[in-house]
Amino acid sequence: MSADLNRTPLYDLHVELGARMVPFAGWEMPVQYSGIIEEHLAVRNKAGLFDVSHMGEARIRGKDAAAFLDAIMTNEFFSLRLNHARYTIMCYPDGGCVDDLIIYRVSNDEFLICLNASNAAKDIAWMKSQLGNWDVEIIDECSQWAQLALQGPLAEKILSTLTHLKLDSLKRFGFLIGDVAGVQNCIVARTGYTGSPGFEIYVPAKQGTEVARAILEKGKPDGLLPIGLGARDSLRLEAGYPLYGHELSEKISPIQAGLSWTVKFTKPQFIGRDSLLSQTEKGVASKVVMYSLNDRRIARPGATVFSGDKAVGEILSGTLSPVLNKPIGTALVATGNNLDTLTVDIRGTHLPLQITQTPFFK
Amino acid sequence: MSNVPSNLRYTKDHEWVKVDGDGTVTVGITDYAQAALGDVTFIDLPKVGRHLEANDVFGTVESVKAASDLYSPVSGEVIAINSSLNDTPDLVNREPYEKAWMIKMKLKSPAELDKLLDSSNYQSIL
Repeated sequence: MSADLNRTPLYDLHVELGARMVPFAGWEMPVQYSGIIEEHLAVRNKAGLFDVSHMGEARIRGKDAAAFLDAIMTNEFFSLRLNHARYTIMCYPDGGCVDDLIIYRVSNDEFLICLNASNAAKDIAWMKSQLGNWDVEIIDECSQWAQLALQGPLAEKILSTLTHLKLDSLKRFGFLIGDVAGVQNCIVARTGYTGSPGFEIYVPAKQGTEVARAILEKGKPDGLLPIGLGARDSLRLEAGYPLYGHELSEKISPIQAGLSWTVKFTKPQFIGRDSLLSQTEKGVASKVVMYSLNDRRIARPGATVFSGDKAVGEILSGTLSPVLNKPIGTALVATGNNLDTLTVDIRGTHLPLQITQTPFFK
Repeated sequence: MSNVPSNLRYTKDHEWVKVDGDGTVTVGITDYAQAALGDVTFIDLPKVGRHLEANDVFGTVESVKAASDLYSPVSGEVIAINSSLNDTPDLVNREPYEKAWMIKMKLKSPAELDKLLDSSNYQSIL
Protein backbone atom coordinates (compact mmCIF):
# COMPACT_ATOMS: atom_id res chain seq x y z
CA MET A 1 0.00 0.00 0.00
CA SER A 2 1.12 3.51 -0.74
CA ALA A 3 3.64 4.90 1.73
CA ASP A 4 1.98 8.33 1.91
CA LEU A 5 -1.22 7.01 3.50
CA ASN A 6 -1.85 7.98 7.12
CA ARG A 7 -2.28 5.31 9.77
CA THR A 8 -4.47 5.65 12.84
CA PRO A 9 -3.08 4.87 16.33
CA LEU A 10 -4.95 1.53 16.08
CA TYR A 11 -3.23 0.32 12.90
CA ASP A 12 -1.28 -2.52 14.51
CA LEU A 13 -4.43 -3.74 16.28
CA HIS A 14 -6.32 -3.91 12.95
CA VAL A 15 -3.57 -6.01 11.42
CA GLU A 16 -3.52 -8.26 14.49
CA LEU A 17 -7.31 -8.71 14.20
CA GLY A 18 -6.96 -9.77 10.56
CA ALA A 19 -8.62 -6.74 9.00
CA ARG A 20 -8.44 -6.11 5.29
CA MET A 21 -6.88 -2.65 4.99
CA VAL A 22 -7.83 -0.28 2.16
CA PRO A 23 -7.01 3.32 1.29
CA PHE A 24 -9.83 5.68 2.34
CA ALA A 25 -9.71 9.48 2.31
CA GLY A 26 -5.90 9.40 2.55
CA TRP A 27 -5.90 6.82 5.36
CA GLU A 28 -5.14 3.13 5.52
CA MET A 29 -8.35 1.84 7.12
CA PRO A 30 -9.99 -1.53 7.89
CA VAL A 31 -12.81 -2.17 5.38
CA GLN A 32 -13.80 -5.43 7.04
CA TYR A 33 -12.72 -8.03 9.60
CA SER A 34 -15.09 -11.03 9.60
CA GLY A 35 -17.38 -9.84 6.76
CA ILE A 36 -19.54 -6.80 6.08
CA ILE A 37 -22.90 -8.50 6.60
CA GLU A 38 -21.88 -10.27 9.82
CA GLU A 39 -20.42 -7.05 11.20
CA HIS A 40 -23.52 -5.07 10.21
CA LEU A 41 -25.81 -7.51 12.01
CA ALA A 42 -23.57 -7.51 15.10
CA VAL A 43 -24.16 -3.76 15.44
CA ARG A 44 -27.91 -4.10 14.91
CA ASN A 45 -28.34 -7.02 17.32
CA LYS A 46 -25.46 -6.80 19.79
CA ALA A 47 -22.55 -4.37 19.59
CA GLY A 48 -19.65 -3.31 17.39
CA LEU A 49 -16.49 -1.24 17.81
CA PHE A 50 -15.29 1.07 15.02
CA ASP A 51 -11.96 2.87 14.71
CA VAL A 52 -12.90 6.28 13.33
CA SER A 53 -9.62 7.95 14.23
CA HIS A 54 -9.30 9.16 10.64
CA MET A 55 -11.93 11.77 11.50
CA GLY A 56 -10.38 15.17 12.30
CA GLU A 57 -10.83 17.46 15.27
CA ALA A 58 -10.52 21.22 15.69
CA ARG A 59 -11.00 23.30 18.81
CA ILE A 60 -12.59 26.74 18.62
CA ARG A 61 -11.77 28.88 21.63
CA GLY A 62 -12.35 32.52 22.52
CA LYS A 63 -14.85 35.13 23.61
CA ASP A 64 -16.57 35.10 20.20
CA ALA A 65 -16.53 31.31 19.67
CA ALA A 66 -20.31 30.84 19.60
CA ALA A 67 -20.90 33.95 17.48
CA PHE A 68 -18.20 32.87 15.03
CA LEU A 69 -19.79 29.43 14.63
CA ASP A 70 -23.20 31.03 14.13
CA ALA A 71 -21.69 33.12 11.33
CA ILE A 72 -20.15 30.19 9.41
CA MET A 73 -22.48 27.27 10.21
CA THR A 74 -26.08 26.68 9.10
CA ASN A 75 -27.22 25.50 12.55
CA GLU A 76 -27.35 27.58 15.72
CA PHE A 77 -24.72 27.46 18.46
CA PHE A 78 -25.26 30.31 20.91
CA SER A 79 -28.21 28.28 22.23
CA LEU A 80 -26.30 24.99 22.50
CA ARG A 81 -26.08 23.89 26.13
CA LEU A 82 -22.81 22.88 27.79
CA ASN A 83 -21.98 19.19 27.39
CA HIS A 84 -24.22 18.90 24.35
CA ALA A 85 -23.42 18.43 20.68
CA ARG A 86 -25.21 19.52 17.52
CA TYR A 87 -25.05 18.42 13.88
CA THR A 88 -24.52 21.18 11.31
CA ILE A 89 -23.50 21.94 7.75
CA MET A 90 -20.77 24.48 6.91
CA CYS A 91 -21.62 26.08 3.56
CA TYR A 92 -19.98 28.20 0.89
CA PRO A 93 -21.79 31.42 -0.13
CA ASP A 94 -23.43 29.55 -3.05
CA GLY A 95 -24.98 27.01 -0.66
CA GLY A 96 -22.60 24.16 -1.56
CA CYS A 97 -21.19 22.28 1.43
CA VAL A 98 -17.69 22.69 2.82
CA ASP A 99 -18.46 19.79 5.18
CA ASP A 100 -21.00 18.35 7.58
CA LEU A 101 -19.91 18.36 11.21
CA ILE A 102 -20.78 17.60 14.80
CA ILE A 103 -19.85 20.39 17.24
CA TYR A 104 -19.50 19.81 21.00
CA ARG A 105 -19.84 22.65 23.51
CA VAL A 106 -17.04 22.14 26.04
CA SER A 107 -17.49 25.48 27.86
CA ASN A 108 -19.10 28.86 27.22
CA ASP A 109 -16.16 29.94 25.08
CA GLU A 110 -14.94 26.60 23.75
CA PHE A 111 -16.19 24.07 21.19
CA LEU A 112 -14.73 20.88 19.73
CA ILE A 113 -15.56 20.16 16.08
CA CYS A 114 -15.49 16.72 14.48
CA LEU A 115 -14.38 16.97 10.82
CA ASN A 116 -14.65 14.47 7.99
CA ALA A 117 -11.25 12.87 7.29
CA SER A 118 -11.16 13.88 3.64
CA ASN A 119 -12.10 17.48 4.50
CA ALA A 120 -10.16 18.15 7.71
CA ALA A 121 -7.39 20.30 6.22
CA LYS A 122 -9.82 22.08 3.89
CA ASP A 123 -12.22 22.80 6.78
CA ILE A 124 -9.55 24.26 9.03
CA ALA A 125 -8.20 26.44 6.20
CA TRP A 126 -11.75 27.62 5.38
CA MET A 127 -12.55 28.48 8.99
CA LYS A 128 -9.25 30.38 9.35
CA SER A 129 -10.05 32.33 6.18
CA GLN A 130 -13.31 33.48 7.80
CA LEU A 131 -11.74 34.62 11.08
CA GLY A 132 -11.81 38.35 10.29
CA ASN A 133 -11.96 40.31 13.55
CA TRP A 134 -13.60 37.58 15.61
CA ASP A 135 -11.88 37.00 18.95
CA VAL A 136 -11.40 33.29 18.28
CA GLU A 137 -8.55 30.82 18.14
CA ILE A 138 -8.71 27.72 15.88
CA ILE A 139 -6.57 24.83 17.08
CA ASP A 140 -5.89 21.78 14.89
CA GLU A 141 -6.19 18.70 17.16
CA CYS A 142 -6.43 16.07 14.40
CA SER A 143 -3.37 14.16 15.55
CA GLN A 144 -4.19 14.37 19.26
CA TRP A 145 -7.22 12.08 19.31
CA ALA A 146 -8.10 8.51 18.58
CA GLN A 147 -11.82 8.18 17.93
CA LEU A 148 -13.80 5.03 18.64
CA ALA A 149 -17.48 4.35 17.99
CA LEU A 150 -19.15 1.76 20.21
CA GLN A 151 -22.57 1.08 18.70
CA GLY A 152 -25.40 -1.38 19.19
CA PRO A 153 -28.08 -2.30 21.73
CA LEU A 154 -25.46 -3.73 24.15
CA ALA A 155 -23.07 -0.75 23.84
CA GLU A 156 -24.19 0.87 27.08
CA LYS A 157 -24.00 -2.35 29.05
CA ILE A 158 -20.42 -2.92 27.85
CA LEU A 159 -19.20 0.65 28.32
CA SER A 160 -20.78 1.03 31.77
CA THR A 161 -18.41 -1.64 33.12
CA LEU A 162 -15.39 0.36 31.91
CA THR A 163 -16.13 3.89 33.15
CA HIS A 164 -17.15 5.85 36.22
CA LEU A 165 -19.18 8.22 34.04
CA LYS A 166 -22.94 8.12 34.61
CA LEU A 167 -24.03 6.88 31.21
CA ASP A 168 -27.65 6.36 32.22
CA SER A 169 -28.04 10.11 32.70
CA LEU A 170 -26.53 10.86 29.29
CA LYS A 171 -29.14 11.90 26.71
CA ARG A 172 -28.79 11.62 22.93
CA PHE A 173 -26.25 14.22 21.72
CA GLY A 174 -25.05 14.76 25.28
CA PHE A 175 -21.43 14.12 26.23
CA LEU A 176 -19.29 13.68 29.35
CA ILE A 177 -15.55 13.92 29.96
CA GLY A 178 -13.87 11.32 32.14
CA ASP A 179 -12.26 7.90 32.33
CA VAL A 180 -12.68 4.94 29.99
CA ALA A 181 -10.75 1.76 30.74
CA GLY A 182 -8.59 3.68 33.18
CA VAL A 183 -7.65 6.37 30.63
CA GLN A 184 -8.50 9.91 31.78
CA ASN A 185 -9.77 12.86 29.72
CA CYS A 186 -11.84 10.81 27.31
CA ILE A 187 -14.91 12.42 25.75
CA VAL A 188 -17.90 10.07 25.70
CA ALA A 189 -20.82 11.25 23.57
CA ARG A 190 -24.15 9.54 22.99
CA THR A 191 -23.92 9.99 19.24
CA GLY A 192 -23.34 7.72 16.28
CA TYR A 193 -23.54 7.09 12.56
CA THR A 194 -25.36 3.76 12.53
CA GLY A 195 -28.98 4.33 13.62
CA SER A 196 -28.41 1.93 16.53
CA PRO A 197 -27.90 3.27 20.07
CA GLY A 198 -24.34 3.83 21.23
CA PHE A 199 -21.42 6.14 21.86
CA GLU A 200 -18.60 7.94 20.16
CA ILE A 201 -15.49 8.10 22.32
CA TYR A 202 -12.56 10.49 21.90
CA VAL A 203 -9.43 9.07 23.48
CA PRO A 204 -6.00 10.74 23.74
CA ALA A 205 -4.22 9.27 20.69
CA LYS A 206 -1.51 7.39 22.57
CA GLN A 207 -4.08 5.48 24.64
CA GLY A 208 -6.41 4.68 21.72
CA THR A 209 -5.32 1.08 21.31
CA GLU A 210 -5.42 0.43 25.05
CA VAL A 211 -9.06 1.57 25.27
CA ALA A 212 -10.03 -0.32 22.11
CA ARG A 213 -8.52 -3.54 23.47
CA ALA A 214 -10.37 -3.13 26.76
CA ILE A 215 -13.71 -2.63 24.98
CA LEU A 216 -13.13 -5.58 22.62
CA GLU A 217 -12.26 -7.84 25.54
CA LYS A 218 -15.14 -6.69 27.74
CA GLY A 219 -17.64 -6.94 24.89
CA LYS A 220 -16.57 -10.30 23.54
CA PRO A 221 -18.89 -12.41 25.73
CA ASP A 222 -21.80 -10.23 24.53
CA GLY A 223 -20.96 -10.81 20.87
CA LEU A 224 -19.22 -7.50 20.20
CA LEU A 225 -17.21 -7.48 16.96
CA PRO A 226 -14.71 -5.03 15.46
CA ILE A 227 -16.44 -3.28 12.55
CA GLY A 228 -14.88 -1.97 9.33
CA LEU A 229 -15.78 0.83 6.96
CA GLY A 230 -17.86 -1.49 4.75
CA ALA A 231 -20.46 -2.07 7.45
CA ARG A 232 -20.16 1.56 8.55
CA ASP A 233 -21.44 2.49 5.08
CA SER A 234 -24.32 -0.03 5.01
CA LEU A 235 -25.35 0.95 8.57
CA ARG A 236 -25.43 4.68 7.84
CA LEU A 237 -27.35 4.14 4.58
CA GLU A 238 -30.01 2.06 6.34
CA ALA A 239 -30.32 4.85 8.90
CA GLY A 240 -30.53 7.51 6.16
CA TYR A 241 -27.42 9.47 7.20
CA PRO A 242 -25.58 11.44 4.51
CA LEU A 243 -21.90 10.94 3.68
CA TYR A 244 -19.94 13.92 2.43
CA GLY A 245 -18.90 13.40 -1.19
CA HIS A 246 -22.05 11.36 -1.84
CA GLU A 247 -25.27 12.93 -0.52
CA LEU A 248 -23.61 16.26 0.36
CA SER A 249 -20.87 18.03 -1.55
CA GLU A 250 -19.73 21.34 -2.95
CA LYS A 251 -22.40 20.69 -5.61
CA ILE A 252 -25.20 19.33 -3.39
CA SER A 253 -26.62 21.77 -0.82
CA PRO A 254 -28.27 20.84 2.49
CA ILE A 255 -31.62 21.87 0.99
CA GLN A 256 -31.18 19.41 -1.89
CA ALA A 257 -30.01 16.75 0.56
CA GLY A 258 -33.20 17.05 2.63
CA LEU A 259 -31.33 18.56 5.59
CA SER A 260 -33.33 21.82 5.84
CA TRP A 261 -33.75 21.12 9.55
CA THR A 262 -30.06 21.96 10.03
CA VAL A 263 -30.46 25.38 8.39
CA LYS A 264 -31.67 28.09 10.77
CA PHE A 265 -33.04 30.99 8.72
CA THR A 266 -34.01 32.59 12.04
CA LYS A 267 -30.37 33.67 12.20
CA PRO A 268 -30.10 37.05 10.41
CA GLN A 269 -26.82 36.18 8.72
CA PHE A 270 -24.58 33.19 8.04
CA ILE A 271 -22.48 32.07 5.08
CA GLY A 272 -24.77 30.61 2.40
CA ARG A 273 -27.99 32.03 3.89
CA ASP A 274 -29.10 33.99 0.81
CA SER A 275 -28.55 31.07 -1.58
CA LEU A 276 -30.16 28.51 0.72
CA LEU A 277 -33.16 30.78 1.33
CA SER A 278 -33.58 31.26 -2.40
CA GLN A 279 -33.39 27.46 -2.90
CA THR A 280 -36.03 26.99 -0.22
CA GLU A 281 -38.38 29.62 -1.68
CA LYS A 282 -37.89 28.95 -5.42
CA GLY A 283 -37.19 25.23 -5.25
CA VAL A 284 -34.09 23.27 -6.28
CA ALA A 285 -33.18 21.65 -9.61
CA SER A 286 -32.52 18.23 -8.08
CA LYS A 287 -33.02 16.42 -4.81
CA VAL A 288 -31.54 13.48 -2.96
CA VAL A 289 -33.92 10.51 -2.59
CA MET A 290 -33.58 7.14 -0.85
CA TYR A 291 -34.44 3.95 -2.71
CA SER A 292 -34.52 0.19 -2.45
CA LEU A 293 -34.46 -2.37 -5.26
CA ASN A 294 -36.45 -5.59 -5.46
CA ASP A 295 -33.43 -7.37 -6.90
CA ARG A 296 -30.06 -8.73 -5.85
CA ARG A 297 -28.01 -6.34 -7.99
CA ILE A 298 -26.55 -3.30 -6.24
CA ALA A 299 -26.74 0.07 -8.00
CA ARG A 300 -23.29 1.67 -7.77
CA PRO A 301 -22.49 5.39 -7.46
CA GLY A 302 -22.61 7.04 -10.89
CA ALA A 303 -25.21 4.66 -12.37
CA THR A 304 -27.82 6.58 -14.40
CA VAL A 305 -31.39 7.04 -13.19
CA PHE A 306 -34.12 7.14 -15.85
CA SER A 307 -37.70 8.33 -16.07
CA GLY A 308 -38.96 6.45 -19.12
CA ASP A 309 -36.08 6.77 -21.59
CA LYS A 310 -34.93 10.14 -20.26
CA ALA A 311 -31.87 10.31 -17.98
CA VAL A 312 -32.95 12.30 -14.91
CA GLY A 313 -30.31 11.59 -12.30
CA GLU A 314 -27.61 9.39 -10.89
CA ILE A 315 -26.93 7.04 -8.01
CA LEU A 316 -24.97 8.64 -5.13
CA SER A 317 -24.57 5.62 -2.81
CA GLY A 318 -25.51 1.96 -3.04
CA THR A 319 -25.10 -1.11 -0.89
CA LEU A 320 -26.92 -4.22 0.29
CA SER A 321 -29.10 -3.75 3.36
CA PRO A 322 -28.47 -6.84 5.49
CA VAL A 323 -31.61 -6.05 7.51
CA LEU A 324 -33.94 -5.84 4.48
CA ASN A 325 -31.79 -8.25 2.47
CA LYS A 326 -32.04 -6.08 -0.61
CA PRO A 327 -30.08 -3.28 -2.26
CA ILE A 328 -30.63 0.24 -0.93
CA GLY A 329 -29.06 3.62 -1.53
CA THR A 330 -29.51 7.22 -2.53
CA ALA A 331 -29.88 9.03 -5.86
CA LEU A 332 -29.85 12.64 -7.03
CA VAL A 333 -32.97 13.11 -9.18
CA ALA A 334 -34.09 16.18 -11.14
CA THR A 335 -37.22 17.65 -9.56
CA GLY A 336 -40.53 17.36 -11.41
CA ASN A 337 -40.24 13.67 -12.25
CA ASN A 338 -42.71 11.06 -11.11
CA LEU A 339 -40.79 9.25 -8.36
CA ASP A 340 -42.99 6.16 -8.72
CA THR A 341 -41.69 5.25 -12.18
CA LEU A 342 -37.92 5.77 -11.91
CA THR A 343 -35.49 3.08 -13.01
CA VAL A 344 -31.74 2.61 -12.71
CA ASP A 345 -29.48 1.25 -15.43
CA ILE A 346 -27.35 -1.59 -14.03
CA ARG A 347 -25.13 -2.95 -16.78
CA GLY A 348 -27.82 -2.44 -19.45
CA THR A 349 -30.81 -3.64 -17.40
CA HIS A 350 -33.32 -1.05 -16.19
CA LEU A 351 -34.56 -1.94 -12.70
CA PRO A 352 -37.41 -0.07 -10.97
CA LEU A 353 -36.36 2.09 -7.99
CA GLN A 354 -38.69 1.96 -4.99
CA ILE A 355 -38.40 5.48 -3.58
CA THR A 356 -38.93 5.93 0.16
CA GLN A 357 -39.22 9.00 2.39
CA THR A 358 -38.32 7.32 5.68
CA PRO A 359 -35.06 5.59 6.61
CA PHE A 360 -34.95 1.81 6.30
CA PHE A 361 -33.85 1.42 9.91
CA LYS A 362 -35.07 3.57 12.77
CA MET B 1 -3.53 -18.19 3.07
CA SER B 2 -5.82 -19.08 0.21
CA ASN B 3 -6.84 -22.64 -0.44
CA VAL B 4 -5.57 -23.76 -3.89
CA PRO B 5 -6.48 -27.41 -4.54
CA SER B 6 -3.88 -29.24 -6.63
CA ASN B 7 -6.43 -31.14 -8.74
CA LEU B 8 -7.72 -27.98 -10.45
CA ARG B 9 -6.42 -25.57 -13.10
CA TYR B 10 -6.60 -21.81 -12.85
CA THR B 11 -6.64 -18.53 -14.75
CA LYS B 12 -4.84 -15.33 -13.81
CA ASP B 13 -8.34 -13.85 -13.39
CA HIS B 14 -8.94 -16.22 -10.45
CA GLU B 15 -11.30 -18.70 -12.06
CA TRP B 16 -10.77 -22.41 -11.40
CA VAL B 17 -11.35 -25.17 -13.97
CA LYS B 18 -12.05 -28.79 -13.16
CA VAL B 19 -11.42 -31.13 -16.08
CA ASP B 20 -14.19 -33.69 -15.97
CA GLY B 21 -12.62 -36.17 -18.41
CA ASP B 22 -15.54 -36.47 -20.81
CA GLY B 23 -14.73 -33.37 -22.84
CA THR B 24 -16.43 -31.10 -20.34
CA VAL B 25 -15.15 -28.74 -17.65
CA THR B 26 -16.62 -27.15 -14.53
CA VAL B 27 -15.80 -23.50 -13.79
CA GLY B 28 -15.95 -21.37 -10.65
CA ILE B 29 -13.97 -18.68 -8.84
CA THR B 30 -11.15 -19.35 -6.41
CA ASP B 31 -10.96 -19.03 -2.66
CA TYR B 32 -8.63 -16.06 -3.16
CA ALA B 33 -11.24 -14.38 -5.40
CA GLN B 34 -14.11 -14.88 -2.98
CA ALA B 35 -12.05 -13.54 -0.09
CA ALA B 36 -11.07 -10.47 -2.12
CA LEU B 37 -14.69 -9.83 -3.13
CA GLY B 38 -16.15 -10.21 0.35
CA ASP B 39 -19.80 -11.11 0.90
CA VAL B 40 -21.20 -12.20 -2.49
CA THR B 41 -24.78 -10.99 -3.04
CA PHE B 42 -25.60 -11.77 -6.67
CA ILE B 43 -24.30 -13.87 -9.54
CA ASP B 44 -25.35 -13.32 -13.14
CA LEU B 45 -24.78 -16.47 -15.22
CA PRO B 46 -25.23 -17.11 -18.98
CA LYS B 47 -28.00 -19.17 -20.56
CA VAL B 48 -27.39 -22.84 -21.27
CA GLY B 49 -26.46 -23.24 -24.94
CA ARG B 50 -24.43 -20.07 -25.19
CA HIS B 51 -21.12 -20.34 -27.05
CA LEU B 52 -18.16 -18.67 -25.38
CA GLU B 53 -14.67 -17.93 -26.60
CA ALA B 54 -11.79 -18.04 -24.14
CA ASN B 55 -11.65 -14.73 -22.18
CA ASP B 56 -15.25 -13.80 -23.05
CA VAL B 57 -17.19 -12.29 -20.17
CA PHE B 58 -19.68 -14.99 -19.21
CA GLY B 59 -21.24 -13.34 -16.19
CA THR B 60 -20.93 -11.05 -13.20
CA VAL B 61 -20.30 -11.72 -9.56
CA GLU B 62 -21.41 -8.99 -7.25
CA SER B 63 -20.41 -8.39 -3.65
CA VAL B 64 -21.39 -5.71 -1.18
CA LYS B 65 -18.30 -3.82 -2.31
CA ALA B 66 -18.20 -4.19 -6.11
CA ALA B 67 -19.35 -5.99 -9.25
CA SER B 68 -16.71 -8.03 -11.11
CA ASP B 69 -16.83 -9.70 -14.50
CA LEU B 70 -16.36 -13.45 -14.89
CA TYR B 71 -14.12 -14.57 -17.76
CA SER B 72 -14.46 -17.84 -19.60
CA PRO B 73 -11.23 -19.81 -19.13
CA VAL B 74 -11.72 -21.79 -22.37
CA SER B 75 -13.86 -21.83 -25.54
CA GLY B 76 -16.97 -23.95 -25.70
CA GLU B 77 -20.68 -24.27 -25.10
CA VAL B 78 -22.40 -23.72 -21.75
CA ILE B 79 -24.13 -27.01 -20.94
CA ALA B 80 -25.23 -26.34 -17.34
CA ILE B 81 -25.39 -23.50 -14.85
CA ASN B 82 -25.58 -23.70 -11.07
CA SER B 83 -29.03 -22.25 -10.43
CA SER B 84 -28.72 -22.74 -6.66
CA LEU B 85 -26.49 -19.64 -6.68
CA ASN B 86 -29.60 -17.52 -7.42
CA ASP B 87 -30.95 -18.12 -3.95
CA THR B 88 -27.70 -18.69 -2.07
CA PRO B 89 -24.98 -16.55 -3.68
CA ASP B 90 -23.05 -16.74 -0.40
CA LEU B 91 -22.18 -20.35 -1.25
CA VAL B 92 -19.35 -18.73 -3.22
CA ASN B 93 -17.88 -17.49 0.05
CA ARG B 94 -18.45 -20.74 1.92
CA GLU B 95 -17.57 -23.44 -0.64
CA PRO B 96 -15.95 -21.82 -3.68
CA TYR B 97 -14.57 -25.11 -5.05
CA GLU B 98 -17.49 -27.42 -4.42
CA LYS B 99 -21.10 -26.34 -4.17
CA ALA B 100 -20.45 -22.92 -5.71
CA TRP B 101 -19.42 -24.11 -9.15
CA MET B 102 -20.84 -21.67 -11.73
CA ILE B 103 -20.98 -23.23 -15.21
CA LYS B 104 -20.20 -26.49 -16.98
CA MET B 105 -18.87 -26.24 -20.53
CA LYS B 106 -18.35 -28.61 -23.44
CA LEU B 107 -14.80 -27.93 -24.60
CA LYS B 108 -14.25 -26.76 -28.16
CA SER B 109 -10.53 -27.40 -28.11
CA PRO B 110 -8.97 -29.53 -25.35
CA ALA B 111 -5.57 -28.03 -26.25
CA GLU B 112 -6.69 -24.78 -24.60
CA LEU B 113 -6.41 -26.53 -21.23
CA ASP B 114 -2.63 -26.41 -21.59
CA LYS B 115 -2.74 -22.62 -21.41
CA LEU B 116 -4.22 -22.71 -17.91
CA LEU B 117 -2.15 -22.46 -14.76
CA ASP B 118 -1.55 -25.40 -12.47
CA SER B 119 -1.95 -24.97 -8.73
CA SER B 120 1.69 -24.07 -8.05
CA ASN B 121 1.80 -21.51 -10.87
CA TYR B 122 -1.45 -20.02 -9.66
CA GLN B 123 -0.22 -19.93 -6.08
CA SER B 124 2.82 -18.00 -7.23
CA ILE B 125 0.73 -15.08 -8.56
CA LEU B 126 -1.27 -14.65 -5.34
